Amino acid sequence: MTPRVLVTEKAKNTIDTLRKRFGTDLMFHQSGGCCDGSSPMCFEKGDFKVGGSDIWLGKIHDCDFFMSKDQFEYWKHTQLTVDITPGRGSSFSIEIPMGIRFMIHSRLFTDEEFQDLSPVKEAEEAIQSE
Amino acid sequence: MTTTTLSQSKPVDRPEIKEQYEHFIGGEWVAPSSGEYFENISPIDGKPFSKAARGNKEDIDKAIEAAHKAFPSWSKTSAANRSKLLNKIADIIEENQEHLARVETIDNGKALRETRAADLPLVIDHFRYFASVIRADESSISEHDEHTVSIALHEPLGVVGQIIPWNFPLLMATWKIAPALAAGCCTVVKPAEQTPTSIMVLMELIADVLPPGVLNVVTGFGPEAGKPLATSPRLAKVSFTGETTTGRLIMQYASENLVPVTMELGGKSPNIFMKSVADADDEFFDKAVEGAVMFALNQGEICTCPSRILVHEDIYDVFMEKVIERTNAIKLGHPLAEDTMMGAQASNDQYEKVLSYLKIGKDEGAELLCGGEKADLNSGLENGYYIRPTIFKGHNKMRIFQEEIFGPVVCVTTFKSTEEALEIANDTMYGLGAGLWSRDAHELYQVPRAIQAGRVWVNCYNTYPAHAPFGGYKKSGFGRENHLMMLDHYRQTKNMLISYDKNKMGFF
Repeated sequence: MTPRVLVTEKAKNTIDTLRKRFGTDLMFHQSGGCCDGSSPMCFEKGDFKVGGSDIWLGKIHDCDFFMSKDQFEYWKHTQLTVDITPGRGSSFSIEIPMGIRFMIHSRLFTDEEFQDLSPVKEAEEAIQSE
Repeated sequence: MTTTTLSQSKPVDRPEIKEQYEHFIGGEWVAPSSGEYFENISPIDGKPFSKAARGNKEDIDKAIEAAHKAFPSWSKTSAANRSKLLNKIADIIEENQEHLARVETIDNGKALRETRAADLPLVIDHFRYFASVIRADESSISEHDEHTVSIALHEPLGVVGQIIPWNFPLLMATWKIAPALAAGCCTVVKPAEQTPTSIMVLMELIADVLPPGVLNVVTGFGPEAGKPLATSPRLAKVSFTGETTTGRLIMQYASENLVPVTMELGGKSPNIFMKSVADADDEFFDKAVEGAVMFALNQGEICTCPSRILVHEDIYDVFMEKVIERTNAIKLGHPLAEDTMMGAQASNDQYEKVLSYLKIGKDEGAELLCGGEKADLNSGLENGYYIRPTIFKGHNKMRIFQEEIFGPVVCVTTFKSTEEALEIANDTMYGLGAGLWSRDAHELYQVPRAIQAGRVWVNCYNTYPAHAPFGGYKKSGFGRENHLMMLDHYRQTKNMLISYDKNKMGFF
C-alpha cells in the first residue's frame, strides 16, 4: 500500500526535538488559505480539536496527520511529504520559534499507486481507535 | 520562455532603523520578560536588519493588564476626542509617510512603488475614515407605545486581542486598530513574526498620542505570544487574519471563553473576463488586461489575489497574448528602487512554498505560459526571495487552481457560457474576492450577484478604499472590515427598555 503522507529525516529529527521539549505526543493539521496557509501545522496532541469535517490521512513518525475533508477532495491525488525549511511561519505551529517551518512537498500518485492507497479514516474514528 | 525584465534605477537610501525594538505596553517601551530578542530578516537580501522582542505569556498578560487599566476612561472618552486622536495619528503618519514606506519595504520586501502609492495612503485614510464616522454615528430609539421607549445604545466590548498578518503589516494592523479604538475598545496587538518592525517604528512616532494602555503591541512567535493572547480569558474579543487551521484554533479557544471572533481567512479569487471585454481594442480592454495582471500586485501576497483567470474561450488568444506580454514586462529588482514593480516574497518559507506550487503545477500537467521559476537577481539580492510572475493554463480541479499559493502565480482556464463561468468561479472552498469584467450592463449586475464571495470587483480589481465593506463568504471568514459596520464588531448593544407608565402591570 502506498502511504498518503511521508516525512523526511530532517522533519523526523524536528519532531523528536519537539516531542522531547513538550513532553507530549504531537499532531499535524494541514492548513488552507492565506498568509501561512497551505502549510502543515504541528500542535501538541489534542490541542487542535478535529471533528466531523476532518479526515485522517495516516501517521508520520507516530503523529496523526489530518486535513479538512473539502480540502482533501482537491489534494487526494497527490502524495505529501512533510519536510522542514528555514523560515518564520506565522501561526501557532510549535516549531516556529526554532527558526524553521514544516512544509509540504507534493507528488502525483501514479495510476498504479492510486489503486492501492493507504485508507483514510474519519478523524474522530482515528482518534478513538487508539 | 522570455527573460526577466529588470529594474534600472538605483535603490533609494535605506531609512534608519534601530538595532532592536521592545514591546509597547502601557504607553512605555518594555523589555521582553524573557530578555530575549529575535532577528528580523529582510526579504530583500535575506539578511537580518533589526531585532524584535520575543514575547511570551507574561508579556501578553502585562499588556492585557495595561489595556484593562486604560479601558474605564478610554471607553468614556467622547467621540469628539477619540476622533481627534485618530486624526492626529493619521497626520503623524502622513508627515512620516516616506520614512514609513521605506521601512515597510525593508520589513516586508514589497516594492516601494506600492508602499508609497497604496499601503501608506490607505493607512492614513483608514484612520481618518474611522475618526469621521464616529462623529456621525448614532444609536437608535423607538417608542413601542405611548408609555414605553426602547433605547439601543452602543457600548465598547472592552479589551480586545488582534493578530495581524505579514502581507500588509501596517495596513492590516490599521484595519484592526482603527475601528477598535474608534469604538472605544482598548487593544493588544500581536504583529506577525515575519514583519514585527514597521509597526514598532510607527509606535515610536505615535507613542504619546493615546492614553497609556489604549494601544499595546507585543511582538513574538505565534505559539509563544499569539496563543496566550488568543486563549486569554480576559479578552472580550479576538480578531484574526490568517489561514484556516489557525482560524479554527482561535475559534476553539474563543468558544472556551465564550467570546466573539472575526476572521479573515484567505481565498482563491476568480477574475472573470466575459466575451464583450474584447469587443474593442480600447482603453477598457487595456484596463481589463491590467486587471488580469493584478495577480502580481504585492507579489501575489493578498488574500484576494485574483489567482484564477476565467476567460471566455472566444477571446482567450487575443486577451491572453496581452496579459502574458504585460506580465513579462513586470520589472523585478531591488524593492527600494523606484521603478521596481514587484519585490520579494515575504519570507524564506513562503518562497519555498511558492516554488513547491510551481512544481505541483508542472507535475499536474498545467501548461506554463510564462515565469515558472525563481528570479535569479544579483547585485546583493542573491539571497532575497524573488520569484518570476507566473501564468499557468489548466483546469479548475488542479491543486494550483484550488489552493491559495500566496505568490505571483495565476492560473487561467476558459469557459463557454456564463453558467459555466459561475460554476467554475464558485467551485472553491473560499469566497473572499472575485472580479467581473464586461461591457454588458445586465452581466455587470447579475453575474456578481451569483458569485459566492464577499467582495466582487466589477470592472476593477484589488482596490481597498475605506467605506466599502470587505469580508468573506464560505471558508474565507466573517466580519466586514474597511467599513463603519466594523464598529459593531467591537461593540455591544445596551438596550434600555423604559416605562413611563405610573400604573402597575396588574400581574401581582
